[in-house]
Amino acid sequence: MIDLQKYLGLLALLAMMAALYAIFVLAPVELTMGIVQKIFYFHVASAWVGFLAIYLVCFCSLRFLRKRDRQWDVRAASAAEVGAVFLTLNLVSGPIWAKPVWGIWWTWDARLTTTFVLWLIYMGYLMLRRLVESPEQRARLSAVVSIFGAVNALVVYMANRWWRTQHPQPVIAGGEDSGLHPDMWLALSVTLLALALLFFCLWKMGCDLERSRESVESLRRIAQRHLREVR
Amino acid sequence: MIDDAVVVENAEKWFGLNPALANVSLRVHQGEFVVLLGRNGAGKSTLLRVMARLVKPNRGGVRICGVDVARDPERGRERIGLVAHQTFLYPGLSARENLRLHARLHGIEGAGERVAAALSEAGLDLSADRPVRGFSRGMQQRLAIARATLHGPELVLLDEPFTGLDLEAAELLSERLRQWAAAGRTIVMATHNLEQGPEGVTRWVLLDRGRIVTEWTGDSRAARSRYRQFLTGAPDSSVGPRN
Amino acid sequence: MKFWSQTAAILMKDILTEYRTRDVLTSMLLFGLLVILMFHFAFESDLEGIRKFGPGLLWMTFIFAGLLGMNRSFAGEKENDALEGLMLSPVSWSSIYLGKMLANLLFLLLAEAIILCLFSFLFNYGIWPRIGWMAAITFLGTLGFASVGTLLAAVSANTRMSEVMLPVLLVPLVLPVILSAVLATAANFAQPPEEQVMFFWIPVLAAYDIIFVTLSLMTFDYVLEK
Repeated sequence: MIDLQKYLGLLALLAMMAALYAIFVLAPVELTMGIVQKIFYFHVASAWVGFLAIYLVCFCSLRFLRKRDRQWDVRAASAAEVGAVFLTLNLVSGPIWAKPVWGIWWTWDARLTTTFVLWLIYMGYLMLRRLVESPEQRARLSAVVSIFGAVNALVVYMANRWWRTQHPQPVIAGGEDSGLHPDMWLALSVTLLALALLFFCLWKMGCDLERSRESVESLRRIAQRHLREVR
Repeated sequence: MIDDAVVVENAEKWFGLNPALANVSLRVHQGEFVVLLGRNGAGKSTLLRVMARLVKPNRGGVRICGVDVARDPERGRERIGLVAHQTFLYPGLSARENLRLHARLHGIEGAGERVAAALSEAGLDLSADRPVRGFSRGMQQRLAIARATLHGPELVLLDEPFTGLDLEAAELLSERLRQWAAAGRTIVMATHNLEQGPEGVTRWVLLDRGRIVTEWTGDSRAARSRYRQFLTGAPDSSVGPRN
Repeated sequence: MKFWSQTAAILMKDILTEYRTRDVLTSMLLFGLLVILMFHFAFESDLEGIRKFGPGLLWMTFIFAGLLGMNRSFAGEKENDALEGLMLSPVSWSSIYLGKMLANLLFLLLAEAIILCLFSFLFNYGIWPRIGWMAAITFLGTLGFASVGTLLAAVSANTRMSEVMLPVLLVPLVLPVILSAVLATAANFAQPPEEQVMFFWIPVLAAYDIIFVTLSLMTFDYVLEK
């Protein structure tokens, strides 16, 4: 068990080095945006990982509702925590890139808005978990909410896209996916791999942490009971 | 052959890390009066709620009068009346409206008369159309009992029913218990204290930490002393984690 | 048949309770008035401003008033554990959901109708020629809002600080409703009305309703279970 985590961590570290190399050495500097475009790789990859995580949370939640095995709840919770971190990373790196390139920190385009909404859904999910006392109830209620969140993420994205095509606005974003240099593609793929490995490593650690937290909690409860009885 | 009133097979329920029920099997025949004994949190309440399918067990099955409640919870619940220390009443509605709602949910024919009869039986004719919010605790309890048994359930479940009852309501409840037992209804009652020892009990079942420890038959005086012995003495069964 | 009569019984129970106290409707209406008042002071409410911000303001009022109302929806059920009493009856738990949801929908629609009238009256906002489509948009939008809201109200009733939990969970989930409803409303009241835009967003609202009512019905049992 511990070995798996070590290997994952090691792999993530190696992939991260490779990603840095690919981004800063291999991939060419973008013509119009210059060096600041390098942020693109981590920015996009973290968004993808953050988005996939909500479906992982949803999947684990469905498994929990079917099996009623606490392990699936732990997995869902931990995936949500790590997913939220990745999405935060994306939301922070976005404006840093946008300001020098577009001249503004933020724009309400479909992708940004969806990311923002998804981030709020993650926050609601995590807050809900803190505010429900009984562990069993917490697992059930948060599982239901995560299903709604995952479905809604899609709906928000579609609605926003339709909105923008309905009312064409000065398009500021656009071209970065179109006509990506092959080396840029390579750098993006390697970064994605690195972040995905990092995600799984952190996810695994989160699950273990949660499990130890629970055993500590139950041990403490047993100890308290013994103390009460001795008195 | 008549189906047993309740069959619980290897029921297991976990709340987080704590087992509320650990592999409990219990069979209650038609017309029996079974009392579940045990400390607070021994799993009595959970067991009752598993029977009524309010709680879904992690493992194991329950049949009520031959109906598998996992498959058909509604037909199982039709036969159950639950009296608990909560009243399940809507304070904003009158006594009559509360009973009417219950009658409609149960699809009772001729609800108006049944409701009127139940109200006068509970001694609530005069306040039938006042909102429950203004009722005394005893009146609410009487109404709650009337509500739980309005549909003539074959199986009456009671969860700590004597907790917080005033003397009058407690007497009424004892009276009702006698009537139900005489009428051949099956009764399962959970309680942690035997001060108001019920009469006519056919079987006592002792639960501890989510398990059935032992069961015996006999009158309530013997049961009381045996239960007290369990609570105070018997070190082997009271040490260790309990919930 | 049985299912619907039980649903109706639960709905009638909520209507009767509300008819006795009028707590929910009164608070929603007062809140709506306050929002309108704040709007008047925050923005100069000339006709131009109203044209531009009116639809958004209307829906924000609806949503906030609705949050207020739906927070109360399961509070009454918690007293005396009455919800457990419902769950013990031989009813499909889906009918509990539908009964509560329809009650919320009804109260919301009533409050919205009054707020809309007041809005039109106070800001001289001409809604009457296009009231039919406005009713359709309001109905579809409110249905989506109430369907998710009722489910999440049941979720948040089990938490500490449930008054905060409901908006935090609900608002991100109903953003598609708010977006489509505001755009459809704006298109409906535009001069001249932009029918094409409106007919684009009304089916979106309907699709949202279908998806989320179904999802709520499928998951409500898990929320109730003990």
